Amino acid sequence: MTLWLIIIGMGLVTYAIRLSPIVLLERVDIPPVIRRALRFVPPAVLSAIILPGLLRPGGALDLSFGNARLLAGVLAALVAWRSKNVLLTIGVGMAALWILQILIR
Amino acid sequence: MPSSRSEFLSGVKALLPILLGVIPFGMIYGVLALGAGLPGGVALAMSSIVFAGSAQFVGAQLMATGTPGVVIVLTTFIVNLRHMLYGASVAPHLKHLHPLWRWLLAYLLTDEAYAVTITHYNQPEASPSPSARKHWYFLGAGLALWSTWQASTAVGIFLGAQVPASWALDFTLTLTFIALVVPALNDRPSVAAALSAGVVAVLAADLPLKLGLMVAALTGILVGLWLERNASGALRPSRSLTLDP
Repeated sequence: MTLWLIIIGMGLVTYAIRLSPIVLLERVDIPPVIRRALRFVPPAVLSAIILPGLLRPGGALDLSFGNARLLAGVLAALVAWRSKNVLLTIGVGMAALWILQILIR
Repeated sequence: MPSSRSEFLSGVKALLPILLGVIPFGMIYGVLALGAGLPGGVALAMSSIVFAGSAQFVGAQLMATGTPGVVIVLTTFIVNLRHMLYGASVAPHLKHLHPLWRWLLAYLLTDEAYAVTITHYNQPEASPSPSARKHWYFLGAGLALWSTWQASTAVGIFLGAQVPASWALDFTLTLTFIALVVPALNDRPSVAAALSAGVVAVLAADLPLKLGLMVAALTGILVGLWLERNASGALRPSRSLTLDP
């Protein structure tokens, strides 16, 4: 019962976060500065998720060549940049990670 | 102008490659939720009631350690705050829609659906009313992700711990985000926004409740805005003047 209440609470706050800007910004005109700021939402938020995953794979900063996720991630970024292909990026990145994990171990 | 149907299908199609990264992540969530002691039904229900990957991971782990419900809900709030930025970003494009559409699309607003939809919205078009049917694209992408998320968490719950950790399948999510963000870095302010946000996120990763993510995102947005203003100010001084408060 408690578990269900927690999950419903989690669902409600998540939905409120997603819905509130859509409903609130419907009646006000967004100032030009904010409008321009919103363009940077995708690169900023997604990079803030990506980089800790590459540079702190085990929770601690690891800039060494022993960091397989960092190397595979850099390679995947190059593939994404050249190919703009999601499938290829994921495929090359995972293959690189598996190979590196074997080599580094 | 493309029909509603073709917009919907384009949205589904845009999301298909991303599913390669989402399916393993959903399965891992299922495995992890069972490992955390959640009953299968509860773990599955969380995928449709909350429908937010990273918040579900954190929530399941906190439940396993007996964290009070209020703290779990508060944590969910912080972890999902980035969706507020997504909502603000798509809001101008949804203005013309019936409230029911907006309520539905808000529910489907995830990292992945947002990333492909905002790219679609920002594409310049020749037609006179460019974004009139693009909400169908959003719906297609959102539903494709939603149904896959439900199915893959179910598979994870049924498979249990049969997926070895050494496969590192969680890395597919990082790779998905790389695939989405890198091609969009097509000018200097975007690159600076991405790099500064990434660096701050690495440095601030120890902040409680995943607050580092929000601090990092806001830093990146400010850096991008600042660089863009300087650049446009150099070219068109009058424009930068009118933007000054």
